[in-house]
Amino acid sequence: MDNNVYYDNLTVSSSPHLVTGLDTRKTMMMVLIALIPSFIVAIYVFGPRVIALTLVCVAASVIFEWGYNKLMKKTQTVGDLSACVTGTILAFNLPANFPFWMAIIGCFVSIVIVKMLFGGIGRNIANPAIVGRIVLLLSFATQMTTWPVTRLATTDATTGATPLGLLKEGHMADLPSNMEMFLGFIGGSMGEVSAIALLIGGVFLIWKKIISPIIPCAFIGTVFVFALIYYGIVGGEYSAIHMAIFHVCAGGVMLGAFFCATDYVTSPIMPKAKLVFGIGCGLVTMIIRLWCNYPEGVSFAILFMNVMTPLIDNFAIKKFYGGAKKNEK
Amino acid sequence: MSSNAKHLHSINAGHYKNTAGRETEIMPIPDIVKISLSQNIGAPCQPLVKKGDTVKVGQLIGDTDAFVSVPVHSSVSGTVTGIETQRSANGGNDTIVVIEADKKQELFEEIKAPEITDQPSFVKAVRESGLVGLGGASFPTHIKFNPKNIDDVHYLIVNGAECEPFITSDHRTMLEDTQNVIDGAQMIMKYLGTEQGYIAIEENKPDAIAKFDQMLAEQGITNIKTFKLQARYPKGAERVLIYEITGKQCDAGVLPADLGVIVSNVTSVAFFGQYIKDGIPLIKKRMTIDGDAVAEPKNVIAPIGSQIHDVIAFCGGYKQQPNKILMGGPMMGRAIFSDQMPIVKNNNAILAFSKEKSYIPEETGCINCGRCHQACPFNLLPTGLADAYEQRDAQRLSDLKVMQCMECGSCSFVCPARRPLSFMNKLGKAVVKEAGIK
Repeated sequence: MDNNVYYDNLTVSSSPHLVTGLDTRKTMMMVLIALIPSFIVAIYVFGPRVIALTLVCVAASVIFEWGYNKLMKKTQTVGDLSACVTGTILAFNLPANFPFWMAIIGCFVSIVIVKMLFGGIGRNIANPAIVGRIVLLLSFATQMTTWPVTRLATTDATTGATPLGLLKEGHMADLPSNMEMFLGFIGGSMGEVSAIALLIGGVFLIWKKIISPIIPCAFIGTVFVFALIYYGIVGGEYSAIHMAIFHVCAGGVMLGAFFCATDYVTSPIMPKAKLVFGIGCGLVTMIIRLWCNYPEGVSFAILFMNVMTPLIDNFAIKKFYGGAKKNEK
Repeated sequence: MSSNAKHLHSINAGHYKNTAGRETEIMPIPDIVKISLSQNIGAPCQPLVKKGDTVKVGQLIGDTDAFVSVPVHSSVSGTVTGIETQRSANGGNDTIVVIEADKKQELFEEIKAPEITDQPSFVKAVRESGLVGLGGASFPTHIKFNPKNIDDVHYLIVNGAECEPFITSDHRTMLEDTQNVIDGAQMIMKYLGTEQGYIAIEENKPDAIAKFDQMLAEQGITNIKTFKLQARYPKGAERVLIYEITGKQCDAGVLPADLGVIVSNVTSVAFFGQYIKDGIPLIKKRMTIDGDAVAEPKNVIAPIGSQIHDVIAFCGGYKQQPNKILMGGPMMGRAIFSDQMPIVKNNNAILAFSKEKSYIPEETGCINCGRCHQACPFNLLPTGLADAYEQRDAQRLSDLKVMQCMECGSCSFVCPARRPLSFMNKLGKAVVKEAGIK
């Protein structure tokens, strides 16, 4: 190069001049990777329709976001993969035999109404997948609660029941063993069944520092302790510890705790607020499960706490902010 | 005082210490030097020479009576060809003394080792040496070494952390000028009356730590110890360093001396150790020249006032077209617009990056992930500050303690949405100052 040339129109920008490699897209990619184990278990338990339903949800979510941005002449944001995450988590919240067109309606609610109309990524006040699921549950209650039998079942029935449904109706004898629940060979929404697979994904996210362990630990811990105390007082066929493990593995607690409640946008930033948020999710879940009409309460619990998030965060900021511990004199 | 089990939040910004293993090379005197008369925080100097004057090495060429000021000396012998005004890296207009070097490098006659007998003569010698804080802040050192509460100051911390990526000049100083660092520290401790000295070094420089440990032991010096810091960013920031070593929280606006500590950069101390022997003022500087646009990255000792393109030419010139040139490290360094700018006292690195390595990432929406909060050494909430800044909400900015921010850039570094958080904090401070909120 010619070194007698001077450069006096260099790029000027504010420091820092380095950034980490981890951007929003890679973060979302990590979440998708963490969902793979439960995807595999779901395929094993419910068969290939899991793949089809997941693909339909992901494709619908991406197309809705892309179309919305196109229509509104906004910067295209589908590249950040957050629509893929929303689509996948919504699909995981559905029964494997759920009609495709209804799933697409769910995606529309999630992406267009909950996310894009509020201003796109980072601006939604509630978790899109959770609201999508709740809307589907309220609109298509029959389809949302008609669970296919697992491929491993030995009965001739065409529809199965979820453990929480059995519990609600008092069929205590039909409850699956805790080991079956932990591994996931049970009826239920397709991505929720296997506690171990979700746990692997969740631990992966914590290990990669994508999510903080505070919310999942507080959520699951609260469910466990609440069940322990409740069944300790009420008693029943099974021991309190058995029922506590049952409640942790049943329904959407694992999926909710690791993948929905930890959604950055709709959960608090301050660590102490995260703790309150997680405990709140656990409490509301158990109250719905034990005393309300619905057998399952995770989605409602997370939605409720999503709405509470700004309040909790502001409280934490007022109370604990700035870290300026006063020096001891 | 002992090592703290608790650390302030920090980040892993990478090290890129490519030039650490290479011995410093002395750059030949360039044809022309441009010596700025604003090389310290505070008042600029008035020129004491005029066009046509001959000057010698170490001769005083600029000074002022202002309290916060430091004199400027010629780094070469030669002829003054002009007193010019030039736009500086931080946007102001600086007075520049342009000297054509005769390359004889004749030493100014009056230069001799300073006589230091008591505290006032010590402070006077520090000022006459032209020393400013060489860690980057360029605060006049003689003011720092003359605290009002001198009896309460018990500790001297020599800052050799060098937590900025790429920069290795302090590391090379510690390896090549070890004795000067020890001598300088002892002299400073003697006249500040501090009982204990620490040389704080990040643990990624084990050779420097070992060398100090060995030399301190050989010389039987027990009141100076090395202190191993985590090799993370920003452990070398003054307020972070004080917490790591003493466990005391140093809020913005609090002087380290109020906490009983004086912190000085290792290169400042090494220079002072040399100055008490030969009396040659601060006229040259060791700098790391690196970046993917530089052909031969290395550490260079260059006369102050050398133009950046001359220094880079000494490093084999540009390997590819530079797009961004930084004075200082990539985390807090300043991007400059021209490579004709002169080297100033507090430069510790010149980094030249090609277009490909200096892209400005596109900002996307905040996803509320909280990484900025987790990265902030002072537990601030940069995303909240940025939102408050965007609404120009001075009260909210002040409530969220924007003034505590030291602009280390950790929040911007970790942000997955690539928001310029650190920059918005800087602007936020201006909003608070304008609103006059205390």
